[in-house]
Amino acid sequence: MNDFGWLTVLLLVPLVGGVGVLLLPRDHPLFAKRAALGVSLVELVLAIITCASFTQGQPGFQFVQKYSWISDFGISYQVGADGISLVLIALSAVMVPVVILGSWHDADKIEATGRRSVPAFFALILLLEAGMVGVFAATDLFLFYVLFELILIPMYFLIGSFGGPQRQYAAVKFLLYSLFGGLIMLAAVIGLYVLSTQQFPTGTFDYTALLNLNITPGVEKLLFWGFFLAFAIKAPLVPFHTWLPDAGAEAPAGSAALLVGVLDKIGTFGLIRYCIPLFPEASRYFAPLVLVLAVIGILYGALLAMGQRDMKRFVAYTSIAHFGFIALGTFALTSQGGTGAVLYMVNHGLSTGALFLVVGFLVARRGSKDPAAFGGWSKITPLLSGCFLFIGLSSLALPGMSTFVSEFLVLVGTFTRYKVAAILATIGIILAALYILLVYQRTMQGPLSQGVLGALRRRGSGRAQPVAEPDDAGNLRIRDLTGREAWVLAPLMGLILVLGIYPKPVIDTIRPTVDATLQQIHQRDPAPTYPVAPVANVAQPGGGP
Amino acid sequence: MPPAAPVQYLPATGVFSATWLLVLFPLIGAAVLLLGGRYTNKWGPYLGVLTPCLSFVFALFLWMAMIGRSGDSREISSTLWTWIPVNGFHVDVGYLIDPLSMTFVLLITGVGGLIHIYSLGYMAHDERIRLFFGYMNLFVASMLILVLANDYLVLYVGWEGVGLASYLLISFWYFKPEAATAGKKAFVMNRVGDVGLSLAIMTMFWAFGQTNFAAVFGGIGGAGSGVALALTLLLLLGACGKSGQFPLQAWLPDAMTGPTPVSALIHAATMVTAGVYLIARSATIYNASQDGRTAVLLVGAITLMIGAIIGCAYDDIKKVLAYSTVSQIGYMVLATGLGTAGYALGIAHLLSHGFFKSTMFLSAGSVMEGMEDTTDMRRFGALTKAMSVTHITFLCGYLAIIGIPPFSGFWTKDAIIEAAWDKGGTSGTLLAITGIVGAGFTAFYMTRLMSMTFWSKSRWRETFRPHDAPKVMLVPMGILAAGALCVGGILVIGRLLQNWLVPSVGEYTEGVRAVNPWLMSTITLIVVLFGVAGGVQGFVRRPVPTTAPVPVSPLVMAARHDLYDNAFNEAVLMRPGQWATRVLVFFDNRGVDGLVNGLAAFIGGTSGALRKLQTGFVRSYAVGILGGAVVALGALLLLRAA
Repeated sequence: MNDFGWLTVLLLVPLVGGVGVLLLPRDHPLFAKRAALGVSLVELVLAIITCASFTQGQPGFQFVQKYSWISDFGISYQVGADGISLVLIALSAVMVPVVILGSWHDADKIEATGRRSVPAFFALILLLEAGMVGVFAATDLFLFYVLFELILIPMYFLIGSFGGPQRQYAAVKFLLYSLFGGLIMLAAVIGLYVLSTQQFPTGTFDYTALLNLNITPGVEKLLFWGFFLAFAIKAPLVPFHTWLPDAGAEAPAGSAALLVGVLDKIGTFGLIRYCIPLFPEASRYFAPLVLVLAVIGILYGALLAMGQRDMKRFVAYTSIAHFGFIALGTFALTSQGGTGAVLYMVNHGLSTGALFLVVGFLVARRGSKDPAAFGGWSKITPLLSGCFLFIGLSSLALPGMSTFVSEFLVLVGTFTRYKVAAILATIGIILAALYILLVYQRTMQGPLSQGVLGALRRRGSGRAQPVAEPDDAGNLRIRDLTGREAWVLAPLMGLILVLGIYPKPVIDTIRPTVDATLQQIHQRDPAPTYPVAPVANVAQPGGGP
Repeated sequence: MPPAAPVQYLPATGVFSATWLLVLFPLIGAAVLLLGGRYTNKWGPYLGVLTPCLSFVFALFLWMAMIGRSGDSREISSTLWTWIPVNGFHVDVGYLIDPLSMTFVLLITGVGGLIHIYSLGYMAHDERIRLFFGYMNLFVASMLILVLANDYLVLYVGWEGVGLASYLLISFWYFKPEAATAGKKAFVMNRVGDVGLSLAIMTMFWAFGQTNFAAVFGGIGGAGSGVALALTLLLLLGACGKSGQFPLQAWLPDAMTGPTPVSALIHAATMVTAGVYLIARSATIYNASQDGRTAVLLVGAITLMIGAIIGCAYDDIKKVLAYSTVSQIGYMVLATGLGTAGYALGIAHLLSHGFFKSTMFLSAGSVMEGMEDTTDMRRFGALTKAMSVTHITFLCGYLAIIGIPPFSGFWTKDAIIEAAWDKGGTSGTLLAITGIVGAGFTAFYMTRLMSMTFWSKSRWRETFRPHDAPKVMLVPMGILAAGALCVGGILVIGRLLQNWLVPSVGEYTEGVRAVNPWLMSTITLIVVLFGVAGGVQGFVRRPVPTTAPVPVSPLVMAARHDLYDNAFNEAVLMRPGQWATRVLVFFDNRGVDGLVNGLAAFIGGTSGALRKLQTGFVRSYAVGILGGAVVALGALLLLRAA
């Protein structure tokens, strides 16, 4: 099965589907929505088949396909999946149908103005999915760069055309930052190509070939920064983060979930896929610097999250703290840290994606993003409140949830090599508890907020029921979680719980690739200081690098 | 250096291979009640009561089976599934059942089960009673995970699960702002302790390459004293958070805003006992560090005094009980700090405390039920007749906690004081004196509580119609009261518990400075009687004003303000934190963002254009991409030509 081009299929299905949905007539919005959901579900099934046919434990690329594209420059369409890219592709495939269902009515209001169309909105999401699959699957640097840039376009339109009042500003800011990073990376990519023309018989953009380049230390550091800046902006790490709160706040909730949950993972993915293996010496050299940025990000993002008066900006800032954890684990250069970081990417996608969606549900009801406009909602929306708390707890990495496994792996993997960084990062878990519970208290606990009358009961069996209904004086009655919203949150919450209790399959997929990466750069895990023989009636730990 | 050998546990056989059922019952209860929604409203509470009781019955079976084994084959451990396997870091989910965890399982499910039954009556009129039982079951399940884990990381799951359950239950009446704040405070302060536990686990992995008990206990002997000290201090920080010990005690009194059965569960059977469990479980580590034990002793002694002093000042019946818990846990922690001479005594006091504190909390709940949820003791008085059963149960708890022979507290508390004295040296003397003085304070504030509530003149006039609680509440209270009277004696006389716990915490050792136990007890008893006399003199003989007297000595003032602990936290942590957050938000918006925007504007030469840009910008972006591509291709062609 491994010879089959599953990745190309996964790339084409949303691409073709997206174009198809785009061409649908705009006077049948429901049909377009259903078509988009159908395509994304087909993609999900295909992704599951792909994961099932992936051979665990093999470090190299699987499902490899290569077709020459611009042969003059050794550019080819070349895709392949290792453990890291596979789980991120799977994450995209899980998130897109959830987001489509979660954004079901997001485009309706804008569509009513006549300037934007519903089919376009859902087509953009599918095109985005194609781009994300492509970015994770690409094993040709030029192809990677092209997709890295192309993917900005659907996201730009999702924010700029369907977002909040400040959407133009946010969209342009998002674009400028990414474009700036991308161009620097382009220079570095070309730099690598130039080196390949000097060292190989023919120049190439093939990732696996470029791994064998001999780069002088000075050049290596320079090229490292070319890639690192692009990814640090994308992820984003402090101090390149200020575009994210704007984009996250202005994008429709579902698109924000995709942006922060999956799209930003391209940055962290790039760090572990490109920065470290291509520039091992520079990575080791700059690791302490990156760790400092990461720790600052963890604490700084958490403190800023506490100060936000806009719940979507709040989620964006929590993510900046989380990206700090991912960078920390990646640049600790241990197998626990690296595996934890990649697992963190997946779990953060699920958890923060869900958090954006549930905040979106709240905002849709109240018409305000300010927590102060809420209060005491546990009484009228107990289910929504329960989901909010569950997802909030996953964001603060409660043991038993998947986020804990990844966060602890990152911390323990960092601790064995950089104690101070790990200790400072661990303090972040106090701040995480504070910021989550503060927002939960403001929105869900205490007395019922002004301007909200009570619960809105479901009436009759009609399909389109409002989630909030004002009375004559403008006071709102609020409806609890709807069936559609429950279908959006339940799969994510279920995955968070299941992967918290039994993360082994995902870890076993990621670990060999991380091990191989570390082997490539000749980095070994520190041995225990006072080793103890394995416990007799406990399963034996596997061998490592 | 060859690797050290891990400690050996026996693999589970027979009935012990089903130990996980203990956790499963309440876990299923929680899942059904929390996910089942209103469909389970009718029978949900009964299911909630049934599951901890099932666990208790099963625990009794296991206990019998364990007694049937010889002393050296009572430590049984098995793996359930592989949880986190990343090369050297390999954590399995498994359990260890030995005399120590067996003891805790019996306490948690037994006392916890009775509290569940009581709650059927206490919460009968709450429309969210189903949810309440769901959270209570989650609490019991988490606590069972905590005491049954055989790996510190699995223990951590129960550890935080307990924190979550307490958060949910303390803020159960979420519509009260103070309840919501108290729940949050409990969770956050617990997380401060959790930092200690997490770092301890990381240190274990760094040092030993494993985090399970067998490996850590096997390796600690070969590790340097620095590692042992670090581990003891980090674990102590964790214990302080969970057990409300100095300096992390502030959340415990605030937690009283939760329903009263929750307070009983937190204080008697779960949660605050976890810290003591952690230290006793880690006995091997604490044995390896004298300095670590000294820190434990200090924390215990300071906390027992703080709790006892503040307990004298509050008029809220539940807050007095809360500070008495702080103080009593201080005794337990002090005991564990004594090392092998104290672990078993700490656990013994924990068990008798479990009985008398739950008795008193449930009785206080009964008082509140009769007095329309009033907790201000200045509004009580003369309830002996109106609540005769409650008075008797409360009296049992009272006699037990102040340590009147032959009731529980007399045996377990005096044993700790005696062991402290036996430690020898100035420190031993000081610790014993602290313990005795604390006992005197305890007698005073508990007598004050009893007087103000039951024995003084009525101050409720015609406002309330006090009555005893329904039977479903009184029966559990009665059983626990009986336990409060006799458990201590049963455990300590003949060293029953000390011998039982030998496999878990090591051989019980006497201190170096032997003293006639009866002399020690007599001294303590005299101090206690002074305390009682003070309480009677102040609050029975003299009339109790319905409002607290205002001009009071600075010490009373300080005690009323929790010895300014909350004020300190607010001034040193909260305010600066809020201030820093505001400054950072400003900095981020103006500084970082402004710098980048300014830079962009500067480079583009179009100041302010960024904010005004409209959709037309996409075209310029397209030009940008095109330009970039042209440059790139041009560069490539040039290279090609060269």
